[in-house]
Amino acid sequence: MTQSLQAVIVGAGPAGIRAAQTLVAHGLRPIVIDESARWGGQIYRQAPRNFTRSSKQLYGFDATKADAVLSTMDALLSKVDYRPNTLVWNAEGGQLDVLFDGSTSVIDYTDLIVATGATDRILPFKGWTLPGVFSMGGAQVALKFQGCAIGQKIVFAGTGPLLYLVAYQYAKAGANVVAVIDSSHFSQQVKAVPALLNQAMVFAKGVYYLAWLKAHGIAIHHGATPIEVKGAQSVEKLIWRNAQGEHQIDCDAVATGYGLRSESQLADILGCKFVFSNAENSWIPEKDLSGRSTLQHVYLAGDGAGIQGADAAEWAGELAGLALIEDRQLKQHAKHSTRSQALAGYLQKRMTFGHGLNMAFQDPPNWARQTTDDTVICRCEEITAGDIRQTAQSTGAQDLNRLKAMCRVGMGRCQGRMCGPAAAELLADCTQQSIVKVGRLRGQAPIKPIPFLQNPTVKTMSCDAKEDE
Amino acid sequence: MSQYTAKTHKGQLVRLVELNRKSIQIFINGEATEALEGDTLLTAVLTHQKAIRQAEFSHSDRAGFCLMGACQDCWVATEDGTRLRSCSTLVQANMRLVTPKAKP
Repeated sequence: MTQSLQAVIVGAGPAGIRAAQTLVAHGLRPIVIDESARWGGQIYRQAPRNFTRSSKQLYGFDATKADAVLSTMDALLSKVDYRPNTLVWNAEGGQLDVLFDGSTSVIDYTDLIVATGATDRILPFKGWTLPGVFSMGGAQVALKFQGCAIGQKIVFAGTGPLLYLVAYQYAKAGANVVAVIDSSHFSQQVKAVPALLNQAMVFAKGVYYLAWLKAHGIAIHHGATPIEVKGAQSVEKLIWRNAQGEHQIDCDAVATGYGLRSESQLADILGCKFVFSNAENSWIPEKDLSGRSTLQHVYLAGDGAGIQGADAAEWAGELAGLALIEDRQLKQHAKHSTRSQALAGYLQKRMTFGHGLNMAFQDPPNWARQTTDDTVICRCEEITAGDIRQTAQSTGAQDLNRLKAMCRVGMGRCQGRMCGPAAAELLADCTQQSIVKVGRLRGQAPIKPIPFLQNPTVKTMSCDAKEDE
Repeated sequence: MSQYTAKTHKGQLVRLVELNRKSIQIFINGEATEALEGDTLLTAVLTHQKAIRQAEFSHSDRAGFCLMGACQDCWVATEDGTRLRSCSTLVQANMRLVTPKAKP
């Protein structure tokens, strides 16, 4: 059995690494495909090799966890087939099409663990395409991976745990943070405390960042929404609104994000069934508690199948690995089922915390209704909120894919990664449907842009098929 | 804030830490420009100017957005026409990049 079994893990963040460790512990040698140059995913992203900051400086309170995850993979390198800088751009019939160093090839698998992670969930405002506006995670990457701040006078605007974390990391590194603008109300955050206490350490860190920012005189505005970034060629000021009215603040950079969204294109192309998640307010790939998708021998772990954070990703990665071993009836370690149950228990408990986070961090009220017609939603194709409303009205488009076909929202190079959640909110609002009904943008190959290739691996078409055209 | 002041710094990004890296030379629009080893193309360009590309339709300036290979808004061309995603490509000495001309 082991002979013919080829397990492949897509993603080398906390979920992918723990999954790899589990499979190796059971005698398998998985292929681990990583789009990045070095393992760690986004959360434990490693700086280039010639950088010198300590992990305490890079990962703060999470340094111990980061070290544990990163050193685990380091020790696994001789026991797995690690493929950095490799993009999975398509999947079909037990094969993954991958791009490495400008050429494409095929990787066969019998068992697949999809751990593709997440990116920022964006709710656009006017002017968000101007140079100087970056995603919240992007702002963090600039500092962690490049030692840079995104500007000289920075506003952090949005909501979610990253908002305070990144603002804190910036201020601590010596950047000039001029304000934090949080769409959630402080009272919502207080109400969420009982659920959040479920993960006391994570909660305590959040409170610490907020208190630290306040103690250092950084303005924090709750119940506040960014309205417009103004500037001739790049960011010069941010207009924002709260219950008291409109305000403006001078700045040359804005970081924005409203929580995270799953990178689920690969699961989609594979044919996994999706389910609507109230927690994410979007469609995510369906999985059981152990990470089994709706496809046989395909498993989902980490933030790519519902946002639960880095700790949960580690548990889910290990659990998916254990499920794979179980399903293939490979030799199990003595405490296999006890461990599986414990991990499933942690994940269940994490869900309560997730509900707390959703209570604590809420979108701007009526974001879709408040967004003006001239606001660009799709930054690739430059489709505005007005275009979306007009298209919905004139064509009767009721679902996102129809809307995309009619006005190109989400059809650009990013495949709706940046505009998808916002387009769904807008379409739901202007067609008076629930967000469940408008559906989700279908994943398409190539998952990300690939160059025109000298020698593409095209599956040859038979002569008969050609004549039929 | 390190060696920069608001008046003299024309770039969007500001280097805060990891300044003791080997300096390497690249060319932006034909002009010799200093980058540091380990910089992404995006960092190398945006520490000197505000924009990295122009949008296809409005031709408005763009400077990337997500910095993690998702938004595809930071592609940059080399003089020989190769297109590179600047947030996920590290600089190499003597690379020759073409970007929108820096505005006065």
